Amino acid sequence: MNGGTILEGKDLKVRRGGRLLLDVPSLSVAEGEVLSIIGPNGAGKTTLLQALSGLLRLGEGMISFRGKRVGADISPLEYRRHLAMVFQEALLFDATVYANVAAGLRLRKVDKREIKKIVAARLEQFGINHLRDRAAKTLSGGEAQRTSLARAFAVKPQILFLDEPFAALDPPTRESLLEDLGRVLREGGTTAVMATHDQGEALRLSHRIAVMQEGRVVQIGTPAAVMNHPVNEFVAAFVGVETILAGRVVKYERGTATIAVTDGNGGTAGVTVDTTVGEGAAPLKAEQVWPPPVPQEERSGGQKDEVPSFRTGAGERKNDDSKAPAFIAAAGEVREGEKVFCCLRPEHVTITPGPCPARSSARNTFPMVIDRIVPAGPLYRVQARGAFTVTAYITVQSLEELALREGATVTASFKATAVHLLRRG
Amino acid sequence: MEVIIAGIRQALSMLVSFDPEVMAITWLSLKVSGTATLISLFIGIGIGTAVALSSFPGRQLVVSLINTGMALPPVVVGLFVTIFLWRNGPFGYLEILYTPTAIIIAQAIIATPIVMGITLAAMQQLPRKLRLQILALGATRLQMVWLLIKEAKLSLMAAVMAGFGGVISEVGASIMVGGNIKGYTRVLTTATVMETSKGNFDLAIALGVILMLFAFAINLVLTRIQQRERPQ
Amino acid sequence: MKRCFRIVGLLTAFSALLCMLVAGDADAARKAAAKQKNLILATTTSTQDTGLLDVLIPIFEKKTGYFVKTIAVGSGQAMTMGSKGEADVLLVHSQAAEKKFMADGNGVNRRLVMHNDFIVVGPPTDPAALRGTKKAAEGLRKIAAAQALFISRGDNSGTHAKEKEIWKAAGIQPEGQKWYQQTGLGMGQTLGVTAEKKGYTLADRGTYLAMKKNLGLDILLEGDAVLLNIYHVIEVNHAKWPKVNAPGAKAFADFMVSQEVQKIIKTFGVAKFGSPLFFPDAGKKVEDLGK
Repeated sequence: MNGGTILEGKDLKVRRGGRLLLDVPSLSVAEGEVLSIIGPNGAGKTTLLQALSGLLRLGEGMISFRGKRVGADISPLEYRRHLAMVFQEALLFDATVYANVAAGLRLRKVDKREIKKIVAARLEQFGINHLRDRAAKTLSGGEAQRTSLARAFAVKPQILFLDEPFAALDPPTRESLLEDLGRVLREGGTTAVMATHDQGEALRLSHRIAVMQEGRVVQIGTPAAVMNHPVNEFVAAFVGVETILAGRVVKYERGTATIAVTDGNGGTAGVTVDTTVGEGAAPLKAEQVWPPPVPQEERSGGQKDEVPSFRTGAGERKNDDSKAPAFIAAAGEVREGEKVFCCLRPEHVTITPGPCPARSSARNTFPMVIDRIVPAGPLYRVQARGAFTVTAYITVQSLEELALREGATVTASFKATAVHLLRRG
Repeated sequence: MEVIIAGIRQALSMLVSFDPEVMAITWLSLKVSGTATLISLFIGIGIGTAVALSSFPGRQLVVSLINTGMALPPVVVGLFVTIFLWRNGPFGYLEILYTPTAIIIAQAIIATPIVMGITLAAMQQLPRKLRLQILALGATRLQMVWLLIKEAKLSLMAAVMAGFGGVISEVGASIMVGGNIKGYTRVLTTATVMETSKGNFDLAIALGVILMLFAFAINLVLTRIQQRERPQ
Repeated sequence: MKRCFRIVGLLTAFSALLCMLVAGDADAARKAAAKQKNLILATTTSTQDTGLLDVLIPIFEKKTGYFVKTIAVGSGQAMTMGSKGEADVLLVHSQAAEKKFMADGNGVNRRLVMHNDFIVVGPPTDPAALRGTKKAAEGLRKIAAAQALFISRGDNSGTHAKEKEIWKAAGIQPEGQKWYQQTGLGMGQTLGVTAEKKGYTLADRGTYLAMKKNLGLDILLEGDAVLLNIYHVIEVNHAKWPKVNAPGAKAFADFMVSQEVQKIIKTFGVAKFGSPLFFPDAGKKVEDLGK
């Protein structure tokens, strides 16, 4: 990353039919960085992209490119000539691949011989040399999108915008293209702003991720920060935090919080959260750059086996030994009595067969019964139920070795540092 | 049946012998309809593209009007043009009634809505995001319109051929505003009508055959252009 | 963004309109330049169909330098054009309508030019037993009585007017009757329909002769004075319609009654059909005409 801000948007607002489709007070993109914009359909990713690229006329607000205001200090056309955009559909012209890749250069009236050289280089870069003279209409989805990328890179854009470029491709093609795109971006140090609803893509390519919800950017930060310290429930759910437990802080002492968790069954369990991890950055403010959280060893405290006194919910189940609470660590600043969500990523939950061991390094250890085992790509997603429900990832090997199956008695454990707290209510 | 065969034979003999009157009539037909088609090309594609790519209040009404224009009866067009062009009409001072120019005007009015309507449909069929893609490649607005037109080339050529077909075969308006004056405003279609009403059916068929032959030849060229540059 | 397109579209349209005004046939430009030299002659399709004008017009044009625009329509339409000042000179053959035309002050110098005659033709089998009848009115009465198929032009042409005149004289209202059909077509086409349906019709001798061999119809009634088809040339009244080319009209009318042209009329068609199609009458009185 070279540092300086290359693009800045202020007060970006877009209305349609009385509704605010986009409402971003401030967003800046650093030169050389790859910024991903993620969010569900309808969150406004495309609108934001089009606003930033100057393709959409803004109701209010403005964008500046390298400090020059687009529309005032620099014309929209001039700005457009510094960028390129790739869409979900390849949108190729009814011509040869060569003609397509050369299109942007032809528009800039580049000399023919120059064009030939540039196009050849780009075709090579994206591995589509052999398709040079083919008709665009005959290309497969992946080949077409490569052509679209080659076409975009041919004009040496200072900023590359991508709107869900791989959403319409099958996984292996997507994989291959992601890799190539990543490589080209790194080689050229190109600034890129990419909208996607696939977190995997965002994680792989980006320096920063912005999460959008209903036209607003609710969180922006490094991938690790967003993934591990989502700022609210929505972001948490979207980035793949699969266990979110509502609870209340019953104790806070020396950076460790104990949370009483209410599960759907009416039972409760105590969950201990360590709030001393991290540089003290509050996770509940939007638009901050997070330091990458380093899962730390849980603090000393030794509050194991403490049975907190809880107010049970409307359920009939009462505390018994099999539901003895465990201690967990997480980042956050909480006070006793506060209502919170405990967020737990499935990767951080360990499932071991058999009942609770007497000792374990993890503060939080709970007896559970496996509810469901669902294949999820190369892993299995295991849902286990005890005092609350938790989701864990487990490898195929482990599943087989441990002979886990639905209905089996297991122990779910996770470190206190893996629990991330969100204020609730 | 013999009439048709006699007609075809007469057509061929007139063509081979370069019968001067027939050649003159044919040349005038092509010139007049060609010019009218050219005019309709500019206006039709120009306005058709503009309407297709823009949005404004009342747009749907405009589109319906354009589509209705495709069904405009040529004879009615001829009547209106005559009323405008005759001596006591608003444009009478131009003295272009009963001249080939009048036929060109009438035919242009007939062909333009056809070209416009088909262009409208063709341009609207282009993917909406294509405009943004072209702009994002660094095109000026004008360059974008040109590229879009190139993308719709197939359909636009069809529009031109439809317009041309409509006017090369037109007779009602051509007779009315042209007057079917021998050697001056007599074209293939009006001559055919005249010979038919005189009862010279074989000559009428001959003229019709010649008209079809030339229309075919022209459409052959246009089709080649339309289908060219499609890399297989 | 959208406004830009409309500007592009409108600019295109305007430039094309300019093109249109500038474009046009090169000849038209040339001829339009010689505005005074344009002459609009309104006449009938049957006159044009005989080919007489194809012979006379070039001679006139060469002699006077006028460019004659011959608009061949039905007599009715021709006179309507004259009554609106949209034609300069008329060559028509519809006496009653002409008289009204003159009475309305639309024309001046109505002069007799020539005549030919109408005949009643029909199938050789002659179901209405027309053959030998001398009077036209009587002939038509026979057709009505026999309810034999009669094809009328029904287009307000001179021929049609004459036909209606005879029906009136015969005291018969043929419209609406099953055996009476109106084509709305020119003479040649109407003869074609008549031949096809093996019916009767009223035709001018010239057109009949020109088509005779393909028709298979016979002349079943001729010679009645009322069947005379008399042609007049009328100059449209310049006083009423100032835009009319008065000197041109006069020149043409003078031309038509000139000795030279009358001679041409006399021999026109003889070579092709064996008998002349017209009989020159310039200078004579209408009452004196007869065969």
